[in-house]
Amino acid sequence: MFAEWQYIILFVALAPIFPLAPVVVNRLLGPHRPNPIKQQTYECGIETVGDTWVQFKVQYYIFALVFVIFDVEAVFLFPIAAAYGQLGLFAIFEVALFVILLAVGLGYAWSRGVLEWV
Amino acid sequence: MSLTDLLYQIFGNQPWVDLIASVISIFTISTFLLLIVIFLIWLERKVIARMQDRIGPNRVGGRYGALQTVADVLKLLTKEQITPSGADYLIYNVAPILTVMAALLVWAVMPFAPGLIGVDLNVGIFYILSVSSVSVVTVLLAGWGSNNKYALLGGFRAVAQLVSYEVPMILALLVPIILARTMSTVGIIEAQSIPYLFMVPLAAVIFFISALAETGRTPFDLLEADSEIVAGFHIEYSGMKFGMFFLAEFIGTLFMSGLFAVVFMGGWNVPIINLILTFFGAQPVNFAEMGVLGTIIGLGVFFFKMFFVYMIFIWIRGTWPRVRVDQILNFNWKLLVPITLVMILVVAVLDKLIPPGTNELVRASLHLASNILIVFVTLEILRRNGRRRRMQAVQAGTELEEIETGAHDIAEAAHAH
Repeated sequence: MFAEWQYIILFVALAPIFPLAPVVVNRLLGPHRPNPIKQQTYECGIETVGDTWVQFKVQYYIFALVFVIFDVEAVFLFPIAAAYGQLGLFAIFEVALFVILLAVGLGYAWSRGVLEWV
Repeated sequence: MSLTDLLYQIFGNQPWVDLIASVISIFTISTFLLLIVIFLIWLERKVIARMQDRIGPNRVGGRYGALQTVADVLKLLTKEQITPSGADYLIYNVAPILTVMAALLVWAVMPFAPGLIGVDLNVGIFYILSVSSVSVVTVLLAGWGSNNKYALLGGFRAVAQLVSYEVPMILALLVPIILARTMSTVGIIEAQSIPYLFMVPLAAVIFFISALAETGRTPFDLLEADSEIVAGFHIEYSGMKFGMFFLAEFIGTLFMSGLFAVVFMGGWNVPIINLILTFFGAQPVNFAEMGVLGTIIGLGVFFFKMFFVYMIFIWIRGTWPRVRVDQILNFNWKLLVPITLVMILVVAVLDKLIPPGTNELVRASLHLASNILIVFVTLEILRRNGRRRRMQAVQAGTELEEIETGAHDIAEAAHAH
């Protein structure tokens, strides 16, 4: 069990090498002559107006929130799916109830118009 | 015989042998992926060019332009890396590294051939999903850290799109796990005496669509829509830092093709040929018991399937236009997610009702029938819904075209606010 995860830990430790190597080589080979005009925000030729890091449209957050609910649902469903062979029919109906409850939640969000893109 | 056994034979039972074998395997997988991207980009350009009646790269490296991408990489290596003055230095520079890391890490559990796998985790699919969701974060990091309005738009679109399509992808992958009763990638391959593509085609199609969206490819390439937000989240990147996003995208697409081949097409196994062989009374082939030869053939079979799926990805990119953002999200939340939830319930209950020990063909046909039924019912609901809306439109005296393009909905919503 631990030996398996050792591999993953090792992979995580070694993985930065592969993207870093080309970037570092690029840094060594490429020119490096920064100037204020070059480092301007790339937009359309004139200076960018206003701040970029502003409060953004709330629509996106609502989708992210709905996603969180379903992500948590998936976390619960995966162990159930893996242990499916050992479960009785009654347990499956319990799982079905769980999924239906979340589906009702989705239906509620739908009926409240949260899923409309305005 | 695996590499570890070979090293144990040579060096004896030393504790560091395992470590060396792991390091070799990690470097082999990663280097292979970095190099195959060069081929993938060339393939994509050439194939799309042919689909659009162009010639594509044909100068560098002979008649077929085979060295075009090599030249491109060399060019990128000699370009200047610019960090915009307004950017968040740490986030801006970490994002391209992280995105490639996430794209590489998922390959740790990808079974190439019998015995040729990084590590066969018992939670393989779960590991894939958890690591691949990091790529969403990297897109947002890049978009936010660049301090550019186009990049920020791309980043936010990524949150809405990638995050939304992760739901049907996760739920569609639950179906093969229920059928195979394991989360291990090798276990899923070995459980497929009939490819799940023919057993639960609906799950396969849903997974394929969400894989398209997850990798941000046409028709779901909103996060880098060239004609709207220039290049989206990686607009401010130059040189190899830009190349890293490209790299991650291609590795990710290849991974999705590979995962589709493993989960729905039987990976290195040849289930269909085995079925035919057993039908005629012959022994089914099992590459896992054929030693080195089996590994080589299995690798060939897996690569054939992976590139078959990859060609479909290219085909779609070459032919389909981009979908609008509200259409993308509507399609996901109002069609894919509900249909996937229904499918999971049907599969879970149906597979429990089929007594264990039933002929695999009977089991497969029952699942196939249930899938077809779900698709039929969905289409019927959509048809009635469409007709009802058309009737309402006629009564209200609205133009038909307005309804079809959704302009009516938007006007109505704008009015309501």
